[in-house]
Amino acid sequence: MTVYLLCFTLLLVGLYGALTKRDLIKIILSLGIMGYAVNLMIILFAYKKGASFAIMVKDGINSNMVDPLPQALILTSIVIELGITAMLVALAIRLFQKYKTFDITKIRRLSG
Amino acid sequence: MILPFLIIIPLLAAFLISLISGEKDNWAIVLSILAVISLLVLSLFSFFTTGKDTFVYEMSGWKIPLTICLVQDALSTFMLVIVNLIALTSLMFSVSYIRHYAGPWKYYALFMLLITGMNGVIATGDIFNLFVFMEIALFAAYALVAFGAKAEEYEAAFKYAVMGSISSTLILLGIGILYAATSNLTMANIAEVLPTKDPRISLWVAAIFLTGFGLKSAIMPFHAWLPDAHSSAPAPISSMLSGVLIKALGIYAIIRIFFNVLGAPQAFLTIFMVMGSISIIVASYLALGQWDLKRLLAYSSISQIGFILLGLGIGTKLAILGALFHILNHAVFKSLLFYNAGAVEMAVGTRDLRQMGNLKKAMPVTSWTSMIASLSVSGLPPFNGFFSKLIIIIAAVQSQNIIYAIVAVIGSLLTLAYFMKVQRYGFHGNNVIQELKAAISPGMKSAMIILAVLCIVTSILIIPGIREVTLDPVVSVITNKTGYIYEVLGR
Repeated sequence: MTVYLLCFTLLLVGLYGALTKRDLIKIILSLGIMGYAVNLMIILFAYKKGASFAIMVKDGINSNMVDPLPQALILTSIVIELGITAMLVALAIRLFQKYKTFDITKIRRLSG
Repeated sequence: MILPFLIIIPLLAAFLISLISGEKDNWAIVLSILAVISLLVLSLFSFFTTGKDTFVYEMSGWKIPLTICLVQDALSTFMLVIVNLIALTSLMFSVSYIRHYAGPWKYYALFMLLITGMNGVIATGDIFNLFVFMEIALFAAYALVAFGAKAEEYEAAFKYAVMGSISSTLILLGIGILYAATSNLTMANIAEVLPTKDPRISLWVAAIFLTGFGLKSAIMPFHAWLPDAHSSAPAPISSMLSGVLIKALGIYAIIRIFFNVLGAPQAFLTIFMVMGSISIIVASYLALGQWDLKRLLAYSSISQIGFILLGLGIGTKLAILGALFHILNHAVFKSLLFYNAGAVEMAVGTRDLRQMGNLKKAMPVTSWTSMIASLSVSGLPPFNGFFSKLIIIIAAVQSQNIIYAIVAVIGSLLTLAYFMKVQRYGFHGNNVIQELKAAISPGMKSAMIILAVLCIVTSILIIPGIREVTLDPVVSVITNKTGYIYEVLGR
């Protein structure tokens, strides 16, 4: 139980950063932390103490192994996060070229 | 089986466009128009052949708990028709509009990816696959919002991308919890196993999904990104985002997960009604104060999404019928209004209503179609918006929710008020405009005329004989959770 709570705390740390930080790069890093927290949580759902990987198991169904499906899901989700992070960083670079700052309180030509 | 082609064709088109396009965008235009026409034909064909049946396509021959399945039922084909119809008119409008921007072939490739994502979200029956296709659509949407390469557009795209990735993270968390609880990723299996588990799990998951998909569909507390993103994008993309993206990624996913998987928990239906009413009223007031035409239309989108959510929340068959009909109608008239805004922006060079003036002489097609769309969105008969709003209001009265009926009536009147403002200042003002900066091309005109005709023609879907073959099967898919499970699992 403790590990899940710690994971959830990590998620909240990321959310706090994304909502309160004023620097574009820090916001991107906070989104990364949020993503990692969820990935870690899904890996932990599949974790079993003392079990081995599915590809290491020789004799099939009855042996002691961790659930391999979440690991496959997380690989997909990491790739997606890579793409989104690259997009965010590219947008941040363009914003810096236009506004000469990373501070979001100074980047506001759009009105509420 | 048709559904795999609805994903393969746009994906292949996106790949081929980026492969063969050079300086000119001619091949990109030909390829993308061909792809979207074939998609529209396929989706219409599948809509009219599906009826009340359900077809399941299991990828690469695996059986259902192991495979990724695509589900073709009335709801998914109905949404596919809307998406591909708006995509076709949007492409027709884009051809001359997008030449003002740099690198047009990239636009077509991203556009095809956007369609891939939306078709995938709608077709899939696997919850993690839904997440993956959603990310594909969003990735293309972020890039397309920033396509104009001006400072405001980057700002809006960054805001959209931050909100989008927060909501995607929450949705992934919800999917993880569902998998941990049920050991399944196929939505029908989850729907079958979940009632045997602790009821608190499904409440937690529903709350997380409500936040995640609420952010995607811009319901009122989660709406902050929408006015910026939808008003900064190029006009055909605004129409795709406002017309179909928030419905395919937001409302459709909410319908599928809350009604078919979680079985419409009563607490959440009440939340839908409350959030829908807040969206209707507050967004209408905010729209009333706008002078930027595209921002006004973006706020109007939030308020119309509120109508759809209110209909879903009431939860009777009649209300869901109204909500579904409003999904179609809103896609048609809001896309048309964004085309009008784009045409005005191109020809007059402004989006400010105070500088627009009288366009009746200079742009007859634009001004007449905008009149039709405004009447339709404000809910005047005989246009389609009238019927869907009327059905939602009648359903609210029938189910003893008088307050929500009053809210819907007030929202409808406020909609009329701010579209009167658009017409009065924007198209029939005192300042008569004689000469235009750029001509409106035939493609743009025909896109506007097609949708203006559809504003009237879609009203016939409500006539009893036609309703029974078009909208009623969709309603029965939504209200019948066990039917969805049995049809998909083939029992």
